[in-house]
Amino acid sequence: MDNNATTSLKKEVLDAMLPYYTDIYGNASSKFYKVGRDAEQALYKMRESVAKSINAPNVNEIYFTGSGCEADNWAVKGAAMANRKKGNHIITTKIEHHAILNTCEYLERHGFEVTYLDVDEYGFVTPEQVEAAIKDTTILITIMTANNEIGTIEPIKEIAEVAKKHKVIFHTDAVQAIGHMKIDVKELGVDMLSLSAHKFHGPKGVGMLYIRNGVRIDNLIHGGGQERGKRAATENLAGIAGLAKALEIAVTDLDKNAAHCKKMRDRLIKGIRDNIPYCRLNGPEDEGRMCNNANFSFQYVEGESILMMLDMNGIAASSGSACASGSLDPSHVLMAIGLPHEIAHGSLRLSVGEDTTEEDVDYVVSVLPSIIQRLRDMSPLYEGVE
Amino acid sequence: MYSEKVMEHFANPRNVGEIPDANAVGQVGNAKCGDIMKMYMKIEDNVIKDVKFKTFGCGAAIATSSMATEMVKGKTVDEALTLTNKAVMEALDGLPKEKIHCSVLAEEAIQSAINDYRRRNGEDVPEDKEYTCEH
Repeated sequence: MDNNATTSLKKEVLDAMLPYYTDIYGNASSKFYKVGRDAEQALYKMRESVAKSINAPNVNEIYFTGSGCEADNWAVKGAAMANRKKGNHIITTKIEHHAILNTCEYLERHGFEVTYLDVDEYGFVTPEQVEAAIKDTTILITIMTANNEIGTIEPIKEIAEVAKKHKVIFHTDAVQAIGHMKIDVKELGVDMLSLSAHKFHGPKGVGMLYIRNGVRIDNLIHGGGQERGKRAATENLAGIAGLAKALEIAVTDLDKNAAHCKKMRDRLIKGIRDNIPYCRLNGPEDEGRMCNNANFSFQYVEGESILMMLDMNGIAASSGSACASGSLDPSHVLMAIGLPHEIAHGSLRLSVGEDTTEEDVDYVVSVLPSIIQRLRDMSPLYEGVE
Repeated sequence: MYSEKVMEHFANPRNVGEIPDANAVGQVGNAKCGDIMKMYMKIEDNVIKDVKFKTFGCGAAIATSSMATEMVKGKTVDEALTLTNKAVMEALDGLPKEKIHCSVLAEEAIQSAINDYRRRNGEDVPEDKEYTCEH
């Protein structure tokens, strides 16, 4: 029940990776002997496959990275540095992943100005807000495709149009969205897009950044001439093979899997609402919500305690409480949608996947109400509430 | 991340609940910070005959409440006041660094209840402090 955190590696994906740990172990840059050339050719095919999966017009617009986090760091720092003569202003939202937020804060310490747009109570940002925030000095807009905590799907296509109209580079972090909704970079009109393989049944330690030809971007990692001189480091061929294969399967099976996830998600949301009083669904109701995400706040209880009791019952989940995150404040996303601290502390994220069954959902729905009740009976905040 | 002892006290917390005729009640913490501990005591002849707690908070908050109540039950008021957060932590085989404040809350909850008892008996005891989120 924590598929937003990571997913299992598919057998077909592992099979696609294994040859690059054994037979085709060559360095794709070693072109003067066969095993190197084989690696180079294989890498090209993988790049081609990924380009096809996200409908990138050109194969050379696909850049492999070591993670989704690296792709985000590269997009933001690279575009900021390459375009600083034009301006120093970046627009983002308050609910981005920390890979974006902490990168923006870093750039602020180095002379850049960042606007963090508010979101509404469901987590939506509007193209009008983005347009109103654009200044002469704006060089980059970075807004996530879908939120990792509350599942809000942002109006990326419309924001891309605004960015294009004002000739500002637009990057979207699609790490959480890929595999759960259609991602077509041409149709979306984005300039850059990040993704991470382990979120769609691929391996960990490999990601990708789509960079539309013509976008000015500096290197993040300097060194050799790999990735057309833009991202040094010997290519992680097996990882890239896994990413390409997992993406191919995710795109092929998208409709089937999204429909299944939505069914499981809705069963879960209904089951929880019908059986637990004083709870609220965080994020959009249905339209605009990722097919696999459910996020609840349970009043009078704290999220880490819920997670620990779920774990004792064999259920893995996640929470936006301060205790669960090891920080002072609850999740920045739950704060941004306007939840009071005490409600945000009682949050629980449950994310289903293609392997989630009705039995799994029903098991959670059978166990969770008594966990919440047990914690409420222990809570001084609940006294007198019944 | 938690010791077995913490897990055991979290899974089977001792002394949960309220004491209807308690003559010492103390509450510490702040919902905004994510943890509140409330202690109820029945004190007779300066001895803590019974103690119960209610806690809103993380696993460590619940486990430290449970352990602290165990450690003061049957003790005199003066003995209970010597209970330190360190002793509670040690009894639980340690806590992760970011959870140490839970043991501090447990120590303060015991003190808060005893202060309430003393106030009820006409002693001049200062008011409890306001809680801000300092972990």
